[in-house]
Amino acid sequence: MRRSVFKSSSLITVILAALAAAPASAGELAVRVQIPRIDVAEYHRPYVAIWIENPDQSIASHLAVWYQTDPKKEDGTQWLKDLRQWWRRGGRELTVPIDGVTGATRPVGEHRIVFKSDSPQLAKLAPGKYGLVVEAVREVGGREIVKIPFEWPSASKQVLTSSGKTELGTITLELLP
Amino acid sequence: MRTLKLSSLLLLGLLPLASHAHKTWLLPSATVVTVDQWVTVDAAVSNNLFYFDHVPLRIDTLEITAPDGSTVKPENVGAGKYRNTFDVHLAQNGTYRIAVKNIGLSAFYEENGQRKRWRGTPESFAKEVPADAANLQVSESVGRIETFVTAGKPTTTAFKLTNRGLELVPVTHPNDLYADEEATFAFVLDGKPAANLPVTIVPGGTRYRDSQNEIEVTTDADGRFSITWPAPGMYWLEARLEDSKTSIPQAKQRRVNYVATFEVLPQ
Repeated sequence: MRRSVFKSSSLITVILAALAAAPASAGELAVRVQIPRIDVAEYHRPYVAIWIENPDQSIASHLAVWYQTDPKKEDGTQWLKDLRQWWRRGGRELTVPIDGVTGATRPVGEHRIVFKSDSPQLAKLAPGKYGLVVEAVREVGGREIVKIPFEWPSASKQVLTSSGKTELGTITLELLP
Repeated sequence: MRTLKLSSLLLLGLLPLASHAHKTWLLPSATVVTVDQWVTVDAAVSNNLFYFDHVPLRIDTLEITAPDGSTVKPENVGAGKYRNTFDVHLAQNGTYRIAVKNIGLSAFYEENGQRKRWRGTPESFAKEVPADAANLQVSESVGRIETFVTAGKPTTTAFKLTNRGLELVPVTHPNDLYADEEATFAFVLDGKPAANLPVTIVPGGTRYRDSQNEIEVTTDADGRFSITWPAPGMYWLEARLEDSKTSIPQAKQRRVNYVATFEVLPQ
């Protein structure tokens, strides 16, 4: 009894997923970011910036910036420059917070962010070659960048992965046509 | 009394020599920051870069230019044995120019058989140096020691030229420098392109290596030069020349000097 209910609900999920993927405008870009557990005496959650870069490394779209936003603590914006590559490529031209982009730091574990093709982050993205960039920097820790090249929009469903060695775990880019 | 006078004269006489042999610099605690933060700056004269091992650099003529062109006062000014220090509050978005300007005349002459040394301005020269001074030797110096710090996005308004002496014109912004990348700057002398000017660049950290690792470049006809930064770190840059473009006819020679400290970031 229990099993059959489970079965039918998963069938519905499959149907819904198929329906969602059907229209041409329903393209989707999802990023999964693993923040690894790091065994150190003083651990602070990393600052993370996730963006889409053009072939010339300029920023095509800011997807997410996670930093210390707690108003009870010291002003967390002062360390945004430590996301060195993001800061250089365009972070320094922004005023934070940015609705739908900036947010609080995340704990150890896997985090998934999803954007529809008509979202503000993707709507202005012309068809072409891009790179997904994930940069992480940790207070009294290290800094790391992981890049995944991709084409947008994607003709088929794609799952692209790359891994960091120190500050980042597996980064997964899921593209739906 | 007599020996005291003599020794102080000797000391004074040695000063110009010393300034040639040593390196002058301003060292900021950071060059890329967010708005409303502070930087602290060390001002020193030393043999090694960037260590405090000789004398402090005088900051009487310090001028801090904010992104909007206004002048900002240094705060928490301190005078040490080996360095002077001050803080700068970066209240505005953009690039600050922190500069020590040394413009002046120096003269040697004899009066009633006594050798005299004088320092001052073109205005005070006529008043203070006797018109009939014997064996008069006057030289003029125009020097600039500077560094740059940016809060947020780099801007170039603080680079407004004074058209006096050697000045740096950013082609690449001096707070946008990265290892393995090429940067281009231009020099102007009295506001005009300084062609064929030798420029010396020395990476910091000289105490921990056996050679200076100087990088020598020369400006082109437009006063431009380029450098590819070999590694991240702080760099000291100097250009100097001598000419006869003095502001008073009694001065036969003009010494022009420019020093800047740059930070090159890793990729």
